[in-house]
Amino acid sequence: MSASPAAEVQSGRELTLSRAMVEAIAWELRNNPDVFVMGEDIADYGGIFSSTTGLLNEFGRERVMDVPISETGFIGAALGAAMAGMRPIVELMFVDFFGVCMDQIYNNLAKVTYMSGGACKVPVVLMTAVGGAYSDAAQHSQTLYGTFAHLPGMKVVVPSNAYDAKGFMHAAIRDDDPVVYMFHKRLMGLVWMPSPKGVKTPVPEQDYTLPFGEAAVRRGGRDLSIVTLGLHVHRALAAAERLAEVGVEAEVVDLRTLVPLDRRTIVQSVKRTGKLLVVDEDYRSFGLTGEVIATAAEGALGDLKAVRRLAIPDVPIPYARPLETYVNPGVDQIVRAAQALAAE
Amino acid sequence: MPNIEDLKTMYENMVTARRYEERLQQEYLVGKQPQFDISAGPIPGELHLAAGHEASAAGVCVHLRAEDTVTAPHRPHHIAIAKGVDLKRMTAEIFGRATGLCKGKGGHMHLYDPAVNFACSGIIAQGCPPAVGAALAYKKRNTDNVAVAFLGEGAINQGGFFESLNLAALHRLPVVFVIEDNEWAISMPKSRVTDVADGSKRAQGFKMAGTRVDVDDAVAVCEVAGEAIGRARNGNGPTLLEVQVHRRMGHFMGDAEAYRPAVDRERHARLDPIPRLAVELRKQGVTPGDLKEIEARSHRRVDEAIAWAKAQPEPAGEEALQDVFTNPFSARNEEALA
Repeated sequence: MSASPAAEVQSGRELTLSRAMVEAIAWELRNNPDVFVMGEDIADYGGIFSSTTGLLNEFGRERVMDVPISETGFIGAALGAAMAGMRPIVELMFVDFFGVCMDQIYNNLAKVTYMSGGACKVPVVLMTAVGGAYSDAAQHSQTLYGTFAHLPGMKVVVPSNAYDAKGFMHAAIRDDDPVVYMFHKRLMGLVWMPSPKGVKTPVPEQDYTLPFGEAAVRRGGRDLSIVTLGLHVHRALAAAERLAEVGVEAEVVDLRTLVPLDRRTIVQSVKRTGKLLVVDEDYRSFGLTGEVIATAAEGALGDLKAVRRLAIPDVPIPYARPLETYVNPGVDQIVRAAQALAAE
Repeated sequence: MPNIEDLKTMYENMVTARRYEERLQQEYLVGKQPQFDISAGPIPGELHLAAGHEASAAGVCVHLRAEDTVTAPHRPHHIAIAKGVDLKRMTAEIFGRATGLCKGKGGHMHLYDPAVNFACSGIIAQGCPPAVGAALAYKKRNTDNVAVAFLGEGAINQGGFFESLNLAALHRLPVVFVIEDNEWAISMPKSRVTDVADGSKRAQGFKMAGTRVDVDDAVAVCEVAGEAIGRARNGNGPTLLEVQVHRRMGHFMGDAEAYRPAVDRERHARLDPIPRLAVELRKQGVTPGDLKEIEARSHRRVDEAIAWAKAQPEPAGEEALQDVFTNPFSARNEEALA
């Protein structure tokens, strides 16, 4: 568990999550000639979700490379460049597009280190936009957190605020392993897709890294633990405020990284509260919620009095607003589930 | 030269499609001003409009029957209109209504109308393999139906495209691939993603017929498409067509197009295939009054579809749980958790 971001911040300067990401990428580009960026619409456009805004101007087309719509080709090329000694950052525009290039990701990028008996290192950052809650329907709204975390060989990072985004991006680029950096579209701070409050945070101007595998307790509480990540950290915090008004004190745990998973913080929190609500924006079955609950059962079975989970109920993400709202856990649903859990 | 009735059909489809995109553009901005929020208003989410692409769809689809299959990409409206997709239900789908083609589940990138064998996908080039499959089915069943896959020029560097060409050529399948070349893959101009300016040349590597239509002209498209579809119907194998079209709007609504030079936008706006076809129709003896009548009828049809769609009910939230399977299983196993 780390201290709250605010305690570590030296300047009061606030950044959006996307600006924080870009600042880290720019620093690494400036200071390490082996780093370069590849992706669709990342140069002139600056990334569809502003993950690379302004990089082309400072670093030019050789280091900030627009590529054809050929994900198998350019993601596999990132692997090859990494094995040849470079440190590529490659963007998969929407995580949903993994379907056209998954062989290069899970059969190649993720396995080379192991298959080579550790002889080969693969310092690739695969950054990708995840999540819904803006009616982009079944092929552009998934998070697929569980899919990427399930397959061994990739570290998986899901920042929920700007401070984390910068520290994790520096750490991802400097890491010698493949890191899947999943940024939630609703958290980027885009003028055309407003973020919840609390995502924009003070961010130090100097470079810094954050360790993978340390969850953060965003709010303490004695009555139940809400374990979540990404966008739903903010929904859980909003729910916790409302729960406090009716006398239910919820602890909110932000997982921050899925691989490695901070099982210790999950278990400790459950030992304190005895009740666990897992909130996820991925499909319910065979995924993140099950993994977190299994962790609590394995580590704190004696303390575990009640468990619930909220996730996408095993349907593709529908388009129409009432349908998407129904399947993507909202603040009201979290409040209701937490109250029911507290009453058990 | 296509016959006059076909020319009029093409004109009507093009005028309808243009009106449709212009009206959707207005509707899309409702609730999104002054501050643009992609998730607000009666049409939330991404919206990819096809103004400037009309000649391609009209010129190809005029040769098709309801039983022929068409797959479209993320920019599908003009193709759906030319293929005869139910306009009211398609519009209701775009407005996310319960009576939409897909009950509000699909949205504008995922429109399915089995009555006219139309489908689309939001994933680049991924309509190609299913079109090959439809063609395979037609061949196996000894019909003379054909399949047509529409895709953008940005899609032709995707693996699924090449695999589809090879399969189609290998089995001499009745399929036509139509590349709509609007010169831009979001912000990436064609010249920066391939060194082969003529996309139809990719056919040569598969011993497949390939033709490029260099002018944004529905008559020219109609002629080469007629040849390609005839070849497919007669069992003589697939064709790759590339058709020059233009992008009169951004990649999606809300795209400020900061990457795009103003002269390029102006050039695309100038090269409009609709007045070009009107001139041809006049040459063939169609009166200005006839043209006006076609235009008025098309506009009325679009306006009625939009009014109808907006009056339709929204789906209830629980509807989200239906349709995952054609044969759903019982909820018995879930009850164990209650």
